[in-house]
Amino acid sequence: MHFLSVKKTSSKKLEKLIESVLLLCALSSIFVTTSILYLLVTETANFFTKVSLIEFITSTQWTPLFSNPKFGILPLLLGTLLTSTIALSVAIPFGLLSAIYLSEFASKWVKRIVKPTLELLSGIPTIVYGYFALVFVTPLLQSLFPSLSGFNALSAGIVMGVMIIPMVSSLSEDALNSVPESLREAAYGLGSSKLSTILHVVLPTASRGILAAIILSASRAIGETMIVAIAAGQQPRFTFDPRVPVETMTTYIVQISMGDVPAGTLEYQTIFAVGMALFVMTFTMNVLSQRLSNRLHGSKT
Amino acid sequence: MKKNKRKLENIFERMFIVCCIVAISLPIVLLFTLIAKLILQGMPRIDLNFLLSYPSRKAELAGVLPSVVGTLYLMFLTALLAFPLGIGAALYLEEYAKKNRISKLIELNIGNLAGIPSVIYGLLGLGLFVRTLGMGRSLIAGACTLTLLVLPIIITTSREALRTVPNTMREASLALGATRLSTILHVVLPQALPGLMTCFILALSRAIGETAPLVAVGALSYVTFLPDGIDAPFGALPIQIFNWVSRPQPEFLVNASAAIITLLTMILILNSVAIIIRDRTKYRY
Repeated sequence: MHFLSVKKTSSKKLEKLIESVLLLCALSSIFVTTSILYLLVTETANFFTKVSLIEFITSTQWTPLFSNPKFGILPLLLGTLLTSTIALSVAIPFGLLSAIYLSEFASKWVKRIVKPTLELLSGIPTIVYGYFALVFVTPLLQSLFPSLSGFNALSAGIVMGVMIIPMVSSLSEDALNSVPESLREAAYGLGSSKLSTILHVVLPTASRGILAAIILSASRAIGETMIVAIAAGQQPRFTFDPRVPVETMTTYIVQISMGDVPAGTLEYQTIFAVGMALFVMTFTMNVLSQRLSNRLHGSKT
Repeated sequence: MKKNKRKLENIFERMFIVCCIVAISLPIVLLFTLIAKLILQGMPRIDLNFLLSYPSRKAELAGVLPSVVGTLYLMFLTALLAFPLGIGAALYLEEYAKKNRISKLIELNIGNLAGIPSVIYGLLGLGLFVRTLGMGRSLIAGACTLTLLVLPIIITTSREALRTVPNTMREASLALGATRLSTILHVVLPQALPGLMTCFILALSRAIGETAPLVAVGALSYVTFLPDGIDAPFGALPIQIFNWVSRPQPEFLVNASAAIITLLTMILILNSVAIIIRDRTKYRY
């Protein structure tokens, strides 16, 4: 019990010192957010002194490096939305069905095996998924759809969807688990079958949480970089066709920052402007998702 | 009539369960198939030459040595920076913070940071570390960027590890006259340390595969030297994979698959270490 022998006065100063150091560590997280915001806002502001906001929002061509540059973000935005929609249309059915099975039907040992395995899916680095998309999925899809080009949104979207399945599944499972057992029992007591209870009682009750899960997963899909950078292509295109190369906002940022862009040039500022658009989208979706799940669980302390 | 209805309901339920099981198994089967194909394609390429050579224009001569070394350096530096920062923040939030506005703001903030795409952290690294702080496209800039990237995960999981220490222990220690600091150093930390290490190693295993922030910060994909200091330019394994995957020649794709196997092996080793630590040190109360 040697702490009884420590002098009280010096230990008080040490206490305060350590507490302040730890507070600084905690405040570093706020520093990170402010830095990100400051950086994005200042560089975007610089960008918009040279490019009009109207052109940015409405023009359907993104060719910032050409001699007659066009700065419409719609092609990049559409690329992002196209790949993300394909991803969600894979992830939502698979994820939701997995969640329902795990929360309503599965036994304890099934859960113990299946849940870590699904976690494995999300532990694989995204660049490996990008490799899978380019090398295995695209040729497979090309044998089914011969008109599919080597870089396309479909392949990247499907693989991205598979990567997101664990996220949809575990978040939806949380939402389903938080539905009180008494509701299920009441439905059974009234003669409802298990499936009917799930479809008409449990799912509607958990719908807010499931929506929050979907929005959060969508935000993840929108922010995904490597899968689309490798498999979807680097040609900005204003199209809804999943068979042609497109470029997403994230791919553009990676593509430009791979080269040597001097600070202060317009090219340098374009990556921050696109980054700002990306940040606004994902941040809004994250906040929305948090709000929805807070109402589900009540106020979090 | 009621028996028929019940039979129909049973059939529907069985079909639903089958759909669910397909939904769970399909991605898992897909993943294992893809990994098997990957190993078949890449394993023959892995030999001592591959692991110890530098990149080359010729695919047969190219190797991953500088990338692996770069990744190891990066992980080491990131660990050095992220561990104290993350655990310090977690300690403050769990042991010291009162439930006031500031701590709520910090918690909300950390939750938001966890959801920010990794490429935006890359932009932060580019603007803050590479440009403003003048670190240039160096190892330390990459490490700082990765540190900020994994910080939210470390803080959140460390807090959970700290919470597994029962409050009764803390109260007993304080009741015996120990200061807060003493309690943390001698009661909380020793018990929570295995959990903290596990979370930390798992966070590192996520950071090791991150590509986008490193690209933004300027990791090189064609490195012909080993980094000689923290301010040196560097390469990393994910960047090397990205570079090889982007080449049209199929021999480079084989290289990429071999490099991916190397990366996955490193991640596997890290995760196994974490699991061993977690299982070896089950604290009994």
